[in-house]
Amino acid sequence: MKIAIVDESAVRASIIEEGLAELDNPEIHILTERQGLLARIEEIGPDIVLIDLGNPSRDILEEYFAVSRALARPIAMFVDESDDDAIAASIDAGVSAYVVDGLASNRIKSLLDLAVRRFNAFARLQSDLAEAKGKLAERDTVDRAKRILMDSKGLSEPEAYAELRRKAMSSNRRIVSIAEALVTAHDLMGD
Amino acid sequence: MPTRELTIGFLPLVDACLPILAQEHGFAEEEGLHLTFLKDVSWATVLDRLLYGHSDAAHMLAPLAIATTLGRGRPAQPLVAPFVLGLNGNGITLAKTLADKVCDAPGFGDPARVGAALKAQVAAARSAGRRLRFGVVHRYSSHNYKLRYWLAACGIRPDEDVEIVTVAPPFVADAMASGEIDGACVGEPWNSVCVERDVGRMVLATAQIWRRGVEKVLAMRAPVLEQKRPEVEALIRAMRKAGRHFVDPANLALNARILADNRYIGSDESLVARAISDRLVLSHGGEAVHFPDFMFQYSEVANFPWVSQASWLYSQMVRWDHVEFDADDARKAAAVFRPDVYRSAVRSTGDDLPAANSKVEGSVSQLTQVGSQQGSITLSKNSFFDGRTFDPEDITGYLAALD
Repeated sequence: MKIAIVDESAVRASIIEEGLAELDNPEIHILTERQGLLARIEEIGPDIVLIDLGNPSRDILEEYFAVSRALARPIAMFVDESDDDAIAASIDAGVSAYVVDGLASNRIKSLLDLAVRRFNAFARLQSDLAEAKGKLAERDTVDRAKRILMDSKGLSEPEAYAELRRKAMSSNRRIVSIAEALVTAHDLMGD
Repeated sequence: MPTRELTIGFLPLVDACLPILAQEHGFAEEEGLHLTFLKDVSWATVLDRLLYGHSDAAHMLAPLAIATTLGRGRPAQPLVAPFVLGLNGNGITLAKTLADKVCDAPGFGDPARVGAALKAQVAAARSAGRRLRFGVVHRYSSHNYKLRYWLAACGIRPDEDVEIVTVAPPFVADAMASGEIDGACVGEPWNSVCVERDVGRMVLATAQIWRRGVEKVLAMRAPVLEQKRPEVEALIRAMRKAGRHFVDPANLALNARILADNRYIGSDESLVARAISDRLVLSHGGEAVHFPDFMFQYSEVANFPWVSQASWLYSQMVRWDHVEFDADDARKAAAVFRPDVYRSAVRSTGDDLPAANSKVEGSVSQLTQVGSQQGSITLSKNSFFDGRTFDPEDITGYLAALD
């Protein structure tokens, strides 16, 4: 089975490659370069293409699979609808799979499972979480600032929010930066 | 505190502005809504995240929402679009040497004249054994359909005389610089990036091809609309308020700064400002050209999902996928656009609402009052550059006349 792994992160690609080595007789090709991607795929003629969801070449690759007649066997997005759970798991993990027509679905399933496990392992090494935390923190900041205004000025919650927003608009800043300033000032001044 | 939450997927493009600004300026909060954003770099991923529930709704190419519903390229999944995020906003940029041969206007060119000159260049290239190649962002995009409409109307056959390939927007300037493509139809700020890098010249705006052409929509899975109907209607109201704020020139600088932020578009603030003020710099070092129709996010009920717009997109899908017209597909495609949801969302706000859900596209050639639920709404010209009109009741007649 010929597998092409398209990933601009060489580290992740090799982590996946290592995971797929368990498979029966895999022939794995790693493609990290955007330039010449389609020509390489054509040359390899893979049975399966794995590509990470964050890869900007996905639309180009899908277009190629949809219209190109260069590949001997057509490649489709996933196999059929019965694999929906496996697909959902792969999307959750951040990988998508394109498979040649006619490849047995049990082989695809075991390959996807391995790929998903490897993707998840890689994700844990990453700081995606930090970003998500940052977003939550932003919301908390606005909530804290509202609470401060409600307590100190006797405002209702919508009024407190309107106050933050009015200040943001009049000073050409984001609401969250006004809220940050308020919370910081409040922390400095003590309760 | 807002208790209702929606997660919105988007691609970093200027026309993702309305949901972003609805959140940033507190219009969502006013509606009791908190929005979280999921940014991706390919439409395939924006769509996957929508279909597998990572996002509730997404900034989506209108034709892709229809193609997904019809099961083109993957198993069919019904999507709905209750809100149009904007009209037009894309440009056609050509590599500098080609641009200089086909467009001598200092501003945007005239579509018919540029097309005629391009036809000669296409013929010259073909006799030299090559086909000019144009990039579009996706096969199922209005960019693709407007580019093809224009080329075909100028006597250039899209799949025979030239090649049209998919190029991701952030790579358009690179592809043009390396000679991989001779031109592209792409959204902002990517035309401006080509101009800044001095690899191309913007020669046309898609608004010149179809003056009020539908662009991105807010799309969601049909079951999600049913489950989250109150949230979706709240979002529609918040986005209308964001639109009113967005088109006020006083808010331009602030909006450009917010949208340019790395969490959203991640681009140069001044380039974002060009698009959202409709003042584009067309060639490197040139003066800005003001073209008020460039992108259209609010006025003339721009966000109303006219069923006839969906039908036009379906007609182009039949035309360029080279498939037979299918009455059942036509009906499914038209049903993707949901004016009933839009109506229900804004009815209580006193916002403009047209009386009809469908119109003959391209038929308004001057300022026209159309019936609305209260008084009337004035629509300005919405014509196609070649003067054709599209009657959604007669798609086959329209397609026959185009061939």
